Amino acid sequence: MSHDLNLVLLIILLFAALWTVLSRSLIRAAMGLALSSAVLAIIIFRLGSPLAAVCELSVCAGLIPVLFVSTISLTHPRTQAEKLEHRRGRLKRFIFLPFVALGIGLFLSLLKLPINIPAAVAERTYDVREVIWNARSLDLIGQVIIILAGVFGVVILLKETQKND
Amino acid sequence: MFSLLIFIPLFIVMLVNMPFGGIRKAAFGLALTIAVAQIGFALFAFCAPGNPLAGGHNDILGNFFIFNIGVDNLTLVLLFCIGLTLLVTLLSGRETIIDPRQQFNFVNLLVIALAGLNGIVLVQDIFSLYVFLEIAAVASYILITFQKRLPALEAGFKYLILSAAASVLMLSAVALLLLVAGDTSFPAIKVALKNGAGGFPVKFALGLFVCGFAIKGGLIPFHGWLPDAYTEAPAPVSIFLAGIVTKTLGLYTLIRVVSYLFGPAAYISQILLVVGTLSVVFGAWMALTQNDFKRMLAYSSISQVGYIMLGLSCGPGWGLAGAILHIFNHTVFKSLLFVNAAAVETKTGTRDMDQLAGLSDRMPVTSFTSIIASLSAAGVPPLAGFWSKLLIIIGLWQAGFKIFAVIAILASIITLGYLLSIQRRVFWGKLRAELANVKEAGGGLMFSAVLLAAIAVGFGLAFPFLPTALLNSLSSLLGG
Repeated sequence: MSHDLNLVLLIILLFAALWTVLSRSLIRAAMGLALSSAVLAIIIFRLGSPLAAVCELSVCAGLIPVLFVSTISLTHPRTQAEKLEHRRGRLKRFIFLPFVALGIGLFLSLLKLPINIPAAVAERTYDVREVIWNARSLDLIGQVIIILAGVFGVVILLKETQKND
Repeated sequence: MFSLLIFIPLFIVMLVNMPFGGIRKAAFGLALTIAVAQIGFALFAFCAPGNPLAGGHNDILGNFFIFNIGVDNLTLVLLFCIGLTLLVTLLSGRETIIDPRQQFNFVNLLVIALAGLNGIVLVQDIFSLYVFLEIAAVASYILITFQKRLPALEAGFKYLILSAAASVLMLSAVALLLLVAGDTSFPAIKVALKNGAGGFPVKFALGLFVCGFAIKGGLIPFHGWLPDAYTEAPAPVSIFLAGIVTKTLGLYTLIRVVSYLFGPAAYISQILLVVGTLSVVFGAWMALTQNDFKRMLAYSSISQVGYIMLGLSCGPGWGLAGAILHIFNHTVFKSLLFVNAAAVETKTGTRDMDQLAGLSDRMPVTSFTSIIASLSAAGVPPLAGFWSKLLIIIGLWQAGFKIFAVIAILASIITLGYLLSIQRRVFWGKLRAELANVKEAGGGLMFSAVLLAAIAVGFGLAFPFLPTALLNSLSSLLGG
């Protein structure tokens, strides 16, 4: 039963991810991302890491789509002509990808590789403050710098373009 | 002390973006100051025995944060190269980026990239390495595209997509290593791998890492983004990318993770040997066929990075020392060639070598320094590039890879061929009438060119007098 549920969740995750990358509208793609992250959070929770699940849910399913939507609001909507141009033959060049993925999967299953990956250990009862401020403080600072770089990117590439226009 | 190399850039970016009148004008000066300070800091630590600046107990910020950082001679070489490339990039940018707002953005992004690059070479944890790698990569995408020219946007997008694929590969490998070793710190992973942990998942993680780093470093067959990015990026950004970014993101990480963590192994050697040889030959061959000055240099970079891979494939010994020295030398001569390309492009408005000729009379400093850079790149004695290539070839010979040593020598001749073709097509011959009014580039570009040429000549002449202990310390870095 547990494995069946995991399988269902993985299939939902796959479809949500496909919706994200195939959607024509950027807003819908951002919603697809939020849905993918929410399903992923459930999977992480079921794997025994509630803290990681909460982070995934709050940041990846909550904050990041909000940032995307804010950024999208800074861009121009497509004109009708651009929409038509974009629609034409958009997916044709990717039609081979599912077959490649299927082929690789079949090939790997035939190889019978000795995949003796150790089972994931359920999250130990670390104090979250200890993890963030002490054990991984350098990563925290790194993430502050990444956010700073991202903000610069948005301002330079999108905000200033809008101002110039 | 070394943690300051991550914090000070962060502090400067925050400071210059404060809404105080006039503080924005100090951005360039502050960035220049940290570049010079980093060069001095790395040199001092390199010359002082036992790296007294390293170690948590000496770290000013160690009282507030717990850092997993470490320093060895490889780190110091990279820190020096990062400082040097930042310095010449800033000086070149001052001259080639006219709009003050664009220049301010450019300086901010460079300083953010500096924090990322310093973090990559300092951290001792594989997840932290990934985080800092992303900082440098994100800053690089924006640097390529910040002038919003269409070809640059396309090149930046290509880099972004391929780099994102590399990130996925690396993150998957980090997860596999965490499962196997139970920790992400370098010492813990090294001990776990030494004790025989892993099997297939470890080899799979290694494969993922090699592919990820090869994409970031622009190695064959993952080089698709590199020629476009180097060519279409603004001139000073090309200097920064070619001088240090791809080297740190692709090569340093490859040395630290693949060669240091996984240790010398026959199958790793063979992978590096094949990828290195393909890069050396293909890069040199493609460079021969280019008309665009910067595009030729981009393919030349692929070829030179291949030499570094060949040195790494030899494992601890002269080959490794040669690879590390070639990282330093490549930073110097390739930055110099891109500075020359920036000078030519700025003054003539073109990079097409068919539309250039006879510039040596109009741009004597650019012409002279580009000859030095070309000869150093081709490995002509007594310039710096000769010594590192010599060590790599000796390393290959000693490791029994004799045919690869011969290929490396032959590829050096091709290198000399295409780099001399730059001299012939751009600087020598009869000056074209439309270039009669061209003048030598300004002070920033000239100072950068002369400084880098002096290092290429000076290091080459001083190399025979370097203490053997220094070379031994480089050649045995991965042995521990």
